[in-house]
Amino acid sequence: MQSLKEKMMHTALLLLTERKVDAVLGFQRGTIPMMSHPILIRHPERADQLHWDSFCSTNLANYLPQRKERIAIFAKGCDSRNIVLQILENQIKREQLYIIGVPCQGMLDRRKVQAELNGRELLGVRETSQHLHLLGEGFMDSLERTSYLQENCAICTHRNAAIYDELLAEPVSEQEGVDRYEDVRAIEAMTAQERWSYFEKLLAPCIRCYACRNACPMCYCPVCFVDESMPQWLGKSLDPTDTKTFHFLRAYHLAGRCTDCGNCERACPMSIKVRQLTKKLEKDIAELYGYEAGLSLDQPPPLDTYRPDDPQEFIR
Amino acid sequence: MVDRLIKKTEVADLVNRLLEKYRVYAPVRQQDMANFQEISTADQVDLSLANTTLSPKSIMLPHSESMFEFTLDKTANQAGILREVETDHTPRVIFGIRPCDAKAFQLLDLNFDTPAYKDPWWVKRRQITTIVGLGCNAPCATCFCTSVGSGPFATEGMDLLLIDGEDEFIIQVITAKGHELLNDLGIQAEPSREKKDMVTALQESSLQSIKSVVPTDSLKHHEATALFSADFWEEVQFACINCGVCTFVCPTCWCFDIQDEVSKSNGIRLRNWDSCMFPLFTLHGSGHNPRSQKLQRLRQRFMHKLKYFVDKYDSGVACVGCGRCVQQCPVNIDIRQVFLLMNDFKV
Amino acid sequence: MLNPYLPYPVKIDSVITETEDRNLKTFKLVFLNSADGKRFVHQAGQFAELSIAGKGEIPIGIASSPTEQGHLLFTVNRVGVVTTALHQMMAGDVIGVRGPLGNWYPWEQMEGKNVVIIGGGFAFTTLRASIVYLLHSDNRGRFGDITVIYGARTPGMLLYKDELKTWDKRSDIQMHITVDATDQPDWKYNVGFVPTVTQEKAPSAKDAYAIVCGPPIMIKFTLPILRELGFPDERIIMSLEMRMKCGIGMCGRCNIGTEYVCTEGPVFTLAQLAQLPPEY
Repeated sequence: MQSLKEKMMHTALLLLTERKVDAVLGFQRGTIPMMSHPILIRHPERADQLHWDSFCSTNLANYLPQRKERIAIFAKGCDSRNIVLQILENQIKREQLYIIGVPCQGMLDRRKVQAELNGRELLGVRETSQHLHLLGEGFMDSLERTSYLQENCAICTHRNAAIYDELLAEPVSEQEGVDRYEDVRAIEAMTAQERWSYFEKLLAPCIRCYACRNACPMCYCPVCFVDESMPQWLGKSLDPTDTKTFHFLRAYHLAGRCTDCGNCERACPMSIKVRQLTKKLEKDIAELYGYEAGLSLDQPPPLDTYRPDDPQEFIR
Repeated sequence: MVDRLIKKTEVADLVNRLLEKYRVYAPVRQQDMANFQEISTADQVDLSLANTTLSPKSIMLPHSESMFEFTLDKTANQAGILREVETDHTPRVIFGIRPCDAKAFQLLDLNFDTPAYKDPWWVKRRQITTIVGLGCNAPCATCFCTSVGSGPFATEGMDLLLIDGEDEFIIQVITAKGHELLNDLGIQAEPSREKKDMVTALQESSLQSIKSVVPTDSLKHHEATALFSADFWEEVQFACINCGVCTFVCPTCWCFDIQDEVSKSNGIRLRNWDSCMFPLFTLHGSGHNPRSQKLQRLRQRFMHKLKYFVDKYDSGVACVGCGRCVQQCPVNIDIRQVFLLMNDFKV
Repeated sequence: MLNPYLPYPVKIDSVITETEDRNLKTFKLVFLNSADGKRFVHQAGQFAELSIAGKGEIPIGIASSPTEQGHLLFTVNRVGVVTTALHQMMAGDVIGVRGPLGNWYPWEQMEGKNVVIIGGGFAFTTLRASIVYLLHSDNRGRFGDITVIYGARTPGMLLYKDELKTWDKRSDIQMHITVDATDQPDWKYNVGFVPTVTQEKAPSAKDAYAIVCGPPIMIKFTLPILRELGFPDERIIMSLEMRMKCGIGMCGRCNIGTEYVCTEGPVFTLAQLAQLPPEY
């Protein structure tokens, strides 16, 4: 049986040779273990540069807004949901895209794996369906794949593409009985004071590099509110109030638009769990509107639209 | 100068004695990572990690610092007039800095301590700081210091260098300032001949273990304008998401912004780290932006480090090979490949 | 060691609204401490950072000539946070000045030569400083012919209107004032874009330097004409604008290749710019 990677190369080769698309958006093998590198391939002879493994977690939808050419994109469940939202928000046109659904078993968290190494240097990884083998100078460890999933992947209920033109392989079974909001409920249960100190501690390491924002496929505003100067909404130092304001407002701006792809957390150099904020809003939107972001081209995010039966109890 | 020796069991005591006279900055573990911070007790120090997530540059160039203060209260006689903020200029020690990061300070001196202008905060902090380095017995796979004029036991920018020799640290004395610090602490023991041989062997094997090599020999000879218009930028820039991670973790990225902040009638003028990755960095008041595109911003970063800096100061590249950006870039843009593209560029 | 980031406190002595759209005002500044004024020794073509506590700093070309003693002039276009705040200030208010910064027009090289000054819109500020400097009795004899071509969109958008009139009456300076368009029936100067007027008046390139400051579009169309007239790139001088913060070559944002516009500039010859990446 062909591996997903081989299928990708084959599909890309075909699409580019037949000129069905101008470019294929996929991954290249990273230059260090547990990393991958997004690439845009325009020539069929480069289709063999494509790569696929459990560290291709970057959400490729991030590269779509405002592109002009016809693009084929390899889309995991989350990527596809962000594509849906971008189409709904007029960032890209459906007819420009050739979406190749990639059934996803969940991406692995390089930091979790790193922590397992205790300072030993990882020189390479090898994957089997259930295991991740770590190779280094004088050691080879095997890890149970499921224990090292990215946190968002562990609780993902949409591993298959929501929309696609073609599926790369048979759909994987979706996870059932997942409790998506255990951590959110824990925070909700805190007193206001506890919650405030929790957020203070959560966001204290932030260095304002904006990797979370720039990694987000839904953060495409031409000028982000933190970069406005007239008026300037936020200071630019490491002032904790400014930093918190950035994170809170960003999360609010993603209410009903976040697919929990985890790109923000993955990009954060300081390992801040910024999803704790976006997930709370995801939960609220689910409870208020029964809405999950990016599942259908017929359902715009609830805060983008008005319906007479929208809940209004929270307006006092 | 004669090398000294200290038993590892005595290091905590040494740090505690340092703390009596100096403000001490050292790598401190913070959950899964380590970063430099000012310590209050010796047990905070963790020298076990290969290197810190953030470079120690914030010790010399804080991420955010108050330069001036002022009042806007019209009834005050100095209303609207800036005064320098008092800064603590008591002596300090950086303990356990890696050779790449120490060299970075020297490179930044070229920017902040110039014949025409001296940045007073930078110059003062450099003066009051004694730098105790830590050699790298086990460099990472992403370390390429030896290609860019540093090395696992390089001593540029240091006053003392500690070399891990199993149960002891050999202390290499690099400067008079370092010598003074040792005398001050009463460290007199000298390493035996065998110990010295052991260190030499260590240094050899560490050097051998660095497999990551980048070319730099041709950077100087290329035309800047030709490199600037090279085709490869288009490909290098594609994956970039224009976050500031590479610039913020980098020990040689020094760009900063100046901002005023006011609370009621009291204000401060701050300097904050900035990044050439951000569009706002070069946005004119008119709306014109010479680097409005991500390609231009990414190109600026690499051209600055590997070409403009080389041409301007003739002191090599503005990169010390620490590998932080290689490890931290969320989309795996690897500066080592850019070295290759730029150095081996053919018109 | 003086802190190069610390502005000298100055008092706004007077404010003149220059243009009909009220977006350009000239601020006359006087040092609060005379010692600071003595330290501030500039050349025509340099700039300074104007500082407003609580708002920030902004790099502005110095519009007064070094030959004008006792005060500084800055003509400021209202565009951003700092300039808007400045426009709201009045005589008596205290601000800061940091400088002088950057290089200047190469006066020593130009000695004995003819000088052609071409300006457009609100970029005429350091050109005013230059003209006043050149016309000063100490200096006039050191230079050859002086020709000025200066244009604005309308008569009401010209800066320094009274001075323009005075200069126009002098015989030791050739003034060509122009506007893009006007409905004033008694307009006695030129009508037409600066490049066109430059072509018409065709100042000789012989032993001459051209200093060109203006909006990008004006520069774009003027440079080919100057070349046609025989000005070599080494004798076409421009002053660039960039977003700046420190003004002393440290904060990293205003570079064009190896050169920081704040220290190695803002004045460059076209020949120098040709060696640099086209990123400005």
